[in-house]
Amino acid sequence: MTWIGLGALAVLLALPAVASPYLTTVCTLIFFYGYLGQAWNLVGGYAGQLSAGHAAFVGVGGYTATMLSLEAGLTPWIGMWVGGALAAALGGGIGYLGFRFGLRGFYFVLLTVAFAELLRVITSNVDAVGGALGLYITFTGDPWQFQFQDTRVYYYVALALMVGATLVAWLLERRRFGAYLAAVREDESAAEALGVNTFRVKLLAMVLSSFLTGIGGTFYAFYLFSLQPGTMFGIPLSVEIIIRPIVGGAGTVAGPILGSFILTPLAEVSRLYFGQGGWHGAHLIVYGLLLIGVVLFLPEGAYPRLARALRRRGR
Amino acid sequence: MPLLEVRGLDKRFGGLQAVRGLDLAVDEGEIVGLIGPNGAGKTTVFNLLSGFLAPDGGEVRFRGRSTRGLKPHRLCRLGMGRTFQIVRPFPRLTVLDNVKVGAFARHVRPGAALERARAVLAEVGLAHRVDVPARSLTLPERKRLELARALATEPVLLLLDEVLAGLNPTEIDQIAPLIGRINARGVAILLIEHNMRAVMAVSHRVVVLCFGEKIADGAPAAVAVAPRVVEAYLGADDEARGPA
Repeated sequence: MTWIGLGALAVLLALPAVASPYLTTVCTLIFFYGYLGQAWNLVGGYAGQLSAGHAAFVGVGGYTATMLSLEAGLTPWIGMWVGGALAAALGGGIGYLGFRFGLRGFYFVLLTVAFAELLRVITSNVDAVGGALGLYITFTGDPWQFQFQDTRVYYYVALALMVGATLVAWLLERRRFGAYLAAVREDESAAEALGVNTFRVKLLAMVLSSFLTGIGGTFYAFYLFSLQPGTMFGIPLSVEIIIRPIVGGAGTVAGPILGSFILTPLAEVSRLYFGQGGWHGAHLIVYGLLLIGVVLFLPEGAYPRLARALRRRGR
Repeated sequence: MPLLEVRGLDKRFGGLQAVRGLDLAVDEGEIVGLIGPNGAGKTTVFNLLSGFLAPDGGEVRFRGRSTRGLKPHRLCRLGMGRTFQIVRPFPRLTVLDNVKVGAFARHVRPGAALERARAVLAEVGLAHRVDVPARSLTLPERKRLELARALATEPVLLLLDEVLAGLNPTEIDQIAPLIGRINARGVAILLIEHNMRAVMAVSHRVVVLCFGEKIADGAPAAVAVAPRVVEAYLGADDEARGPA
């Protein structure tokens, strides 16, 4: 599998040289959502703690880097780390509340959604961060301001993000922390009895995941040049983050990437064809149908099935 | 000084006094059987000892220190291993990965943990099943896995909650000697067991609980004929005779 991954990476590195700008853009989105999915995967997939409000971290990261850039002239290359740190602090706070008081399953889902919605409502009503109209970034094409004339740069930045997060997941899987994440997901009491500090493990997973997601927020803001409370903190973005790893295979290293390669083009195509004439949002119907299909036929996601099929052919 | 020392342990669930004033000691290298009729409070005692429940009163000392406020993972690191009456494998992880989680309690390096896990699996007789997901094991295999995981944490005291329950006599004859072998390496064992033949054969000492209270504590042969124990299991004499 490692060789397939490295081969695919080589192809993706060379692709912009021959691909059309549209394909480059679609791939950039695939990588970016793959990155967010991989970041979510650390806490939602490996540790099995279903955060359904990960948009909160995108929003905090994006707003932080943008505000620092607009108000203090700080380059987003540094601002993204500040945004990541603030997102991690928020993730730590939410995780502390949830895990200290033993919220599991739907209750943890509700807690995370509540925080994301809270931030959406707050940013909508605070004029200092743009209020409901949001913030706009003037395009200067200055790389120091995370702006690029050549869209292929965004492609490579997004690819680097996705590969980086995947490397983190790959490394964790092989270490004690990865084994502990899986143990927590499978059975918390049994994990405790075997010496796993389940509270600490879940909290660390949440902090790491929200940190990476917060860094993604900077890319999102400076790729779109605008931030609105609804797009940065809203439930639709949280759904976009979650659905890819679930379709691809939550708790697997390749799941979020595979999920993004399946779903992002699907969303693009349905936007393209249904975008006009009152069909706006048709891709959400496609998501719904796909999710039903995955739950019914591939409860572990697409990747575990694919890996088994490949292994069988390899024999 | 005993390895484990319990004094005046109390636990209530609402109006039910599950454990009342329990004194209990386990010495190093000892095998102590904890028996009693259903609902006597045996599993509650295990949950109190291993940190899954907080006692309402009394004190537990393990290796000379109070365990008050210690979480289960801390007690595990201190050397107390436990199994669950209803086995709790990590269903989607392989047998080897299940045991590795336990081994990681003593070995941070993945390679060392792997080595330890393989050794333990060989010891409990699951070496041929290492790559199978735990959910596809049979019940006797799951019991062995439960034991292997606890052993992998390298305990000095092992709490075994009905590791023989649900097994047929042949399977019991295979697993029971394992308990003796683990003990022979210097691991003290406190075991809850319903199978009287096995518990009497393997234990150095037997403690009998009834309605949360200790009613007997001594050598297996002496406990088996103690009047209060016979009464607890078979009922009082006049009840047994029934109406004339």
